[in-house]
Amino acid sequence: MRYIDPHIHMVSRTTDDYQRMAEAGCVAITEPAFWAGYDRSSAQGFYDYFRLLTGFEPKRAAQYGIEHYTWICMNPKEAEDLALARDVIEIIPEFLEKDTVLGVGEIGLNKNTRNELTILEEQIALAAEHEQLILVHTPHLEDKRKGTRITLDAIKRNGKIDPGRVLIDHVEEHTVGMVLDEGFWAGMTLYPNSKCTVQRAVDIIETYGNERLWVNSAGDWGHSDPMTVPRTGIEMKRRGHGPELFDKISFRNPLTFLGQCAKFKVRDA
Amino acid sequence: MGSSPYTCPMTREEVINQYFLEHRAKMIDIAAFLDRVERARPSGAGDDYRVRAMVEALGILTDGAGKRAQRVLDVLSDPSPEPIAAAPGKGAAGAYAGESGTEPKS
Repeated sequence: MRYIDPHIHMVSRTTDDYQRMAEAGCVAITEPAFWAGYDRSSAQGFYDYFRLLTGFEPKRAAQYGIEHYTWICMNPKEAEDLALARDVIEIIPEFLEKDTVLGVGEIGLNKNTRNELTILEEQIALAAEHEQLILVHTPHLEDKRKGTRITLDAIKRNGKIDPGRVLIDHVEEHTVGMVLDEGFWAGMTLYPNSKCTVQRAVDIIETYGNERLWVNSAGDWGHSDPMTVPRTGIEMKRRGHGPELFDKISFRNPLTFLGQCAKFKVRDA
Repeated sequence: MGSSPYTCPMTREEVINQYFLEHRAKMIDIAAFLDRVERARPSGAGDDYRVRAMVEALGILTDGAGKRAQRVLDVLSDPSPEPIAAAPGKGAAGAYAGESGTEPKS
């Protein structure tokens, strides 16, 4: 079983997790820039974080035969401070040139505020200007449906973004339809509690089909589990789906979307 | 997935055999949680908006109308369309508290 985990925050995980993921068949991961659990005090803090994502982490992953790619952005949880957010946006283009950076992400909304939307719009424009793929974080829990709607509208309002080059992440049953219907890609994030479960992800695939969908663990410093992607394969097998379904959802679909960036390469693909 | 409405490869009996005990336990957890809330001393005025939303959502489970997961999530979602002025914090509560952020959903 081979798979790609297209959304995981390995800076918060131990090297043992790389070992377990490699043993389970992980061949590549992509790591979006996000909140670290605390607010950084300056753009320099983000600069160092981006250096970690583009320098150290690919080397750590390579020790286990895993390709490591990343996304760079100002995340929505720290976007309320417009001045800080704009300082961070200024340093993003330097990192977009790096060999392992696939695009701008994970941008989006957290509490659906005006400032968050302003910074989202500015980063959508940045992605358009630099012809980058986009990875979008959608809010959690009660804020998700509204935030997803506002985000899709903001991307379409920009007018220069092909929805087929945008992955809307953390979809659930009440948002996956609008995302797919409007031509975007959709990611299901598999969490022990607060997001989608492995069982529900397979339910969604059985309901909406297997096109423009993937699953990811979004493993980070919180209660999360890097092994949820291979567990999706086990759940599919338990239900009687053939191995081609997991290969489609967790290898070929990520390969198709991420392959729109010429930098993304997976050995033996 | 084809045009059949039966997109899960298992038979209905197989689904129930595989998942019933797990979801029986989750159902009892919800019942025990609601009992626990009632056993606890009231600390605010009226029903908590989160428990009220949960009870409303529970009605969806037995109405026979399908798309239950989607409709439960809809009940728990902020229905307003416009961005808010400022973030009250970074976290989410799991149910919509109303425009003031503190009032139960009507």
